[in-house]
Amino acid sequence: MKIAVTGLNNTDNPAPGVPVIRALRDRWPDSLHVVGLLYDALEPGAYLADVADANYMIPYPSAGLEQLFTRISSIHEVEKFDIIIPTLDSELNGFIKLAPRLAALGIKLFLPTEDQLRLRSKDKLVDFCSAHGIIVPRNVLATSVQDLYTIAQEFEYPVAIKGIFYDAAIVNNLDEAIAAFRRMQAKWGLPVVVQEFIAGDEYNVCALGDGARTIGAVAMKKLYVTDKGKGWSGITINDPALLEIAQKTIAALQWRGGIELEFIRERETNSYYLLEINPRFPAWVYLAVGAGQNLPAALVDLITGAAVTPFEKYSVGKMFVRYSWDHITDIAQFESLTVHGALRHG
Amino acid sequence: MSSTQISTSLAVSENGFLFLPTTGETFTVNETGRFILRRLQEGREQQEIISSLIDEFDVEPVDAQRDVLDFIGQLRQYHLTDTQ
Repeated sequence: MKIAVTGLNNTDNPAPGVPVIRALRDRWPDSLHVVGLLYDALEPGAYLADVADANYMIPYPSAGLEQLFTRISSIHEVEKFDIIIPTLDSELNGFIKLAPRLAALGIKLFLPTEDQLRLRSKDKLVDFCSAHGIIVPRNVLATSVQDLYTIAQEFEYPVAIKGIFYDAAIVNNLDEAIAAFRRMQAKWGLPVVVQEFIAGDEYNVCALGDGARTIGAVAMKKLYVTDKGKGWSGITINDPALLEIAQKTIAALQWRGGIELEFIRERETNSYYLLEINPRFPAWVYLAVGAGQNLPAALVDLITGAAVTPFEKYSVGKMFVRYSWDHITDIAQFESLTVHGALRHG
Repeated sequence: MSSTQISTSLAVSENGFLFLPTTGETFTVNETGRFILRRLQEGREQQEIISSLIDEFDVEPVDAQRDVLDFIGQLRQYHLTDTQ
């Protein structure tokens, strides 16, 4: 089986590609050929020989779908992969649009529809949660600096300023809010989400939906959070309330594919506030594998039409502890990606 | 005095490391804490635990009572008990 995976960017803001590939190799240790699709020649996963067998540069979605399709077609002529697993929020819309044309080439994907993707977006989250009885922080969608002047009327500082795709900053006053707004706008466009700040511990759920059912779901408490808000260590937990919200969300969205739900457990009331619904597996997806639910492999089973039985349990008290590692390589590899847009191992 | 029931899901290691699976919270307790916790898990009454603490650690009754009540208070504060 040949599978192409995006998101090999394992920096301090890691993408899910490397752990997704690790999960697939666990399931198919000898029969898998993996192709890494890169947006940057310095995505670390590309340099690790045991991650992808071959790596290719592809254009950013902002370059246009036609360019992306042409590039993938040319890579496919060489690598003949059967499946693409996109792992990044910002590319999903493009891959959903390209899915029929990719299918004509014999490439399968398993993605939500554009409508489903839109329903869970940050600017629609409050509407979605309100309609389904899920507690959510209040928010304001800011399209100009002027909108930030209403923050003090709506909420008390601090508040969270969030980019429409990625990034968040906790700000304590109007000056900080304006600076964060401009940064998010420049990087991710409009609107910028101003979200009520909820004090508490962070919990996440990693799950897989088949369009109706929850195939698997694993809940995790973040134990160590970086200054970018990324969980650098976490532990699996078993709170039925959390898993029930995840199942409710997947059913309401009729979600197809990997998904991550981010929560804060409010300190005073112990209520879970749903902060975000991310439309892909998280970078910590390998914890789910370690706890007994190989969700990326189950995703491939859904794509290939293999029988998939929903997971019913997982190990509680399993931890992940992430680390960084200086991998030494030769400039020839960097040159290969930069000049030829390709890097093969072995 | 009432008895105090420890949360059934609470995992307690021999080293006094506590893990609450529903929230992922972890705690550590010292030797005295382990002593009290073990007896609470056995369903002992508070007065019985105070008496055994006096015998085991050779402390004044007033200190033993304060320690047990303080400890149970902390267990409640962290939602690790169900008082009957």
